[in-house]
Amino acid sequence: MADVSLHAVRKSYGKTEVIHGVDIDIADGEMIVIVGPSGCGKSTLLRMVAGLESITAGKISIGNRVVNDLEPRERDIAMVFQNYALYPHMSVRQNLAYGLKIAKMDKAEIDRRVDKAATLLQIGEYLNRKPRQLSGGQRQRVAMGRAIVREPSVFLFDEPLSNLDAKLRVQMRMEIKALQRELGVTALYVTHDQVEAMTMADRMIVMNAGIAEQIGAPLEVYNNPQTKFVGGFIGSPPMNFLPKAAQNGPASATEIGVRPEHLRFCAPGTGLFDGTLKFQEALGAEMLLHLQDTTGRTIIMRVETREAPELGTETVGVTADPADIVFFDANGKRA
Amino acid sequence: MSMVEKKGASVWLTHIGLILGIAVMCFPIWFAFVASTVTQQDIIRPPLPLMPGPHLIENYKRALLEGVNAPVWKMLVNSTIMALGITIGKISISIISAYAIVYFRFPFRMVFFWLIFLTLMLPVEVRIVPTYEIAAGLGLLNSHAGLIFPLIASATATFLFRQLFMTIPDELVEAARIDGAGPMRFFRDILLPLSRTNIAALFVILFIYGWNQYLWPLLVTTDPEMNTIVMGIKQMFPSGDDWADWPVIMATAILAMLPPAAVVLFMQRLFIKGLVESEK
Ligand SMILES: Nc1ncnc2c1ncn2[C@@H]1O[C@H](COP(=O)(O)OP(=O)(O)O)[C@@H](O)[C@H]1O
Ligand SMILES: [Mg+2]
Repeated sequence: MADVSLHAVRKSYGKTEVIHGVDIDIADGEMIVIVGPSGCGKSTLLRMVAGLESITAGKISIGNRVVNDLEPRERDIAMVFQNYALYPHMSVRQNLAYGLKIAKMDKAEIDRRVDKAATLLQIGEYLNRKPRQLSGGQRQRVAMGRAIVREPSVFLFDEPLSNLDAKLRVQMRMEIKALQRELGVTALYVTHDQVEAMTMADRMIVMNAGIAEQIGAPLEVYNNPQTKFVGGFIGSPPMNFLPKAAQNGPASATEIGVRPEHLRFCAPGTGLFDGTLKFQEALGAEMLLHLQDTTGRTIIMRVETREAPELGTETVGVTADPADIVFFDANGKRA
Repeated sequence: MSMVEKKGASVWLTHIGLILGIAVMCFPIWFAFVASTVTQQDIIRPPLPLMPGPHLIENYKRALLEGVNAPVWKMLVNSTIMALGITIGKISISIISAYAIVYFRFPFRMVFFWLIFLTLMLPVEVRIVPTYEIAAGLGLLNSHAGLIFPLIASATATFLFRQLFMTIPDELVEAARIDGAGPMRFFRDILLPLSRTNIAALFVILFIYGWNQYLWPLLVTTDPEMNTIVMGIKQMFPSGDDWADWPVIMATAILAMLPPAAVVLFMQRLFIKGLVESEK
């Protein structure tokens, strides 16, 4: 268990820089989720913490020890990979024990740790099977087990749930979160799925093109996105963006952002937007209304199904509380 | 069980076809066996006998202990040493070079790879004169080392192992690194077990390749005591009008077939077991 800190961390492959300086201090026992679109550098960042990629510039420390030049096994970390990376020729027990065996731990202690992890993860009955005799979910647990038995200071996860079906994914993300809480181990978790990020993170790092656009608690990031990218990436459906009307907001602002659930109807011409209903998605408890104005711009409004109006082809006005509107400048930053 | 159950005549027809095929394939071997159990007179006087005679033990004993130019047991030992040497040597060298080429970054890595690959185009027969020159210069004539070393490099096997290693996911390598496995441990604990099937298959192929070498042993061994059995058979044939000891020659031929057959039978079990067990 340890603090982790990244200071001005950069990564270049040849002349191309893919991580442009990331800073974060992670508290002991905290779960940090790195989220962003594919190719934004999440894995690269995680792999630098793991020691699988060299650090081009900056400093990474784990538990007050700079680890830049340490081998992965010297960093006191454990990693869970997307495709699990279990050793195919070893039984589950051997998979779990392999790292400990290399560390020359004594047999009794290895057995104790393996059995403990197996109980925790409910994989006790598979200990003598080979990975190929397990389902995806069971392999996932074994991969977790391999990380747990090392009793590391930091867990690193690289999209560990992407290969599971939707239902199992929801179940496993709760389990991982609960396990991490219980063990109190600092964790860095990479995902491209913003729901996973929202539900698992103590704090999240929203990354875009090698830059940490915002770091904060999930709801803080959701309610108060610091950039247009964050507003658009976090939340489903994403934040609506509209040109700023002349009268309101800071002078530097060019655009406003408003969440679909913060929009309400008003008389046409008096609100932020006038449009007609294009189509609606009934999700059950709530409904998404896609409204389009005469210029072709679309916004999405989220309403409770019970309160959803019967809309025909008439033009409706839409507005929001000033408190729910965020302003962005021409660079997509908060104004 | 076949998916499609065939019935009646077609089953019989296919089986008769197969049995005929096997009979045609096996007849020369059967005939060699028969010839190794009768006397010289039985062979040279037509018609050729088709059933084994009573001289099996006597003929084989004579072949093994006396032979024609050298006792066959010595040739069997030479062949075994040569085939095992070539097989084990080729597998060890090629798996290590493939490991280096796939997992280590060193200067001129690809140059080395292509150099190895190029040797595929230069089989023993093409380079046999310079190779002989070198073997002679090193005093390797009439020695087991001389039989083995010039044939020990294998581009094919290197290439096979390289292809196999390239299918092993990077994440597996990284997981091993995080588990603390250094290069040697990774090789021993992960790569070797994952290559088991390939090694078994190569063992069969290379053992037979080594066992059946003819031209090279013919060149480097002039001493009959150093002959390998496959070339030794040919040496048993008399030159000119001399008298050939057919029962002994045929017994030798049968003896020459047994070790490769045993390797195929024995390794095939391992080979199939490996296939079934290590599929990912
Ligand atoms: N070994 C490499 N060599 C060159 N570029 C790489 C390498 N690995 C990753 N990249 C580049 O770095 C960027 C970030 O990759 P990655 O961290 O894998 O993204 P993510 O995990 O967020 O999808 C991508 O543009 C990718 O093309
Ligand atoms: Mg990735």
